[in-house]
Amino acid sequence: MAGLTLPASRRLGSALQALIPVTVQSRGFQTYSLPELAYDYGALEPYISGEIMELHHSKHHKTYITNFNAALEKLHDAKDPQSIVALQSALNFNGGGHINHSIFWKNLAPKNQGGGEGPQGPLASAISTQFGSVEKLITKMNSSGAAVQGSGWVELKHLVVETTANQDPLTNKGLIPLLGIDVWEHAYYLQYKNVRPDYLKNIWNVINWKDVSSRYEEAL
Amino acid sequence: MAFQLKPLPFEMDALEPHMSKQTLEFHWGKHHRAYVDNLNKQIKGTELEGLQLGDLVKHAYNNGNPTAYFNNAGQAWNHDFFWESLKPGGGKKPTGEVLHLIERDFGSFEAFADEFKQAAATQFGSGWAWLVGIPAGSHGEDKFGKLAIEKTKDAVNPLVLGHYPLLTIDVWEHAYYLDYQNRRPDYISTFIDELISWEAVTARLEQAKATINFYDVKMSSI
Repeated sequence: MAGLTLPASRRLGSALQALIPVTVQSRGFQTYSLPELAYDYGALEPYISGEIMELHHSKHHKTYITNFNAALEKLHDAKDPQSIVALQSALNFNGGGHINHSIFWKNLAPKNQGGGEGPQGPLASAISTQFGSVEKLITKMNSSGAAVQGSGWVELKHLVVETTANQDPLTNKGLIPLLGIDVWEHAYYLQYKNVRPDYLKNIWNVINWKDVSSRYEEAL
Repeated sequence: MAFQLKPLPFEMDALEPHMSKQTLEFHWGKHHRAYVDNLNKQIKGTELEGLQLGDLVKHAYNNGNPTAYFNNAGQAWNHDFFWESLKPGGGKKPTGEVLHLIERDFGSFEAFADEFKQAAATQFGSGWAWLVGIPAGSHGEDKFGKLAIEKTKDAVNPLVLGHYPLLTIDVWEHAYYLDYQNRRPDYISTFIDELISWEAVTARLEQAKATINFYDVKMSSI
């Protein structure tokens, strides 16, 4: 299985900038704000409840951004290498949380916006070549996702299925993320409780393959 | 012999409203049960079946290169320890020697509570926060053992670090999400104010003293 590594930084940077709202402080550093969803909180029902979507977006994601901005402010004010290095885990965790969730909201769509309609075009051929079929890809992602111990993500990167722990950014390891599924308990617990596999089975009804395809084509 | 899922030391609704019956039905009845069942499947027919759970955890940790059954073993042990750390009508302040050592090693009970809340709130992702006893000599010049607060990720616990667990709080999201959603700090404060079994902590401290000397050697020989 060839995990193609592509020089991600430039293309990924501009792709992310397109979807992450920023503000430039008068003191000269950038802060971030919560991106809006392209659909209502209840639009992914019955696969993901409106209650989960509202909490997940307006509380969990918002908190990552708030804490990321706070860490960025400290970084701006840091006067020595020790202070800078001490911010590393806060930046990784909160910045990673912001990156990962910004991608995740775009990876999802209600049925009436194409959610669940399978991949077309170059991505479809690539999946067929790499995995055999979309069903086999889904099986692989779901078994990897179910096996994540603790909190993390299962993602499809160009074109490899990987898992990461906690909020380690999907962009780590130089691969371009195409699709990420949040397997932190907060992503499914109120609805699916301990039965993570049911969440993983149902979420495919609202995966936005158009978004996954466009990320794939941009990375080619 | 297979490990068993021990019954909770209290009724499922006994911790309401601080920890709901619904939470315990899932947390003990599904999550903890699955750790025990899956551990048994993993070690069935091997020589590991004869080990005590604590020893199995240390063995499975394998000096930081954990084996496939570490997660289930660690989580089975951690959850047994967690249920025994809770009691209906618990919380408030400890008394006696536990309070004395907390005041000695943290400055005050309030300082201990603040540090414990901070550790539990900042454990990124899944894990646990602990009050532990640390043997003498572990921290450079220390001539006697002391209390400390630690946080661990996922299934890790202080046993594998050679420390003596006295109290724990589970901060995996499944421990609090149904009752508190994202509000982990509220869950932690409630744990301290209403749920801690200081009796359990006291009993564990007594056992810890068999292997840890918490006082200056000269004084304790009086």
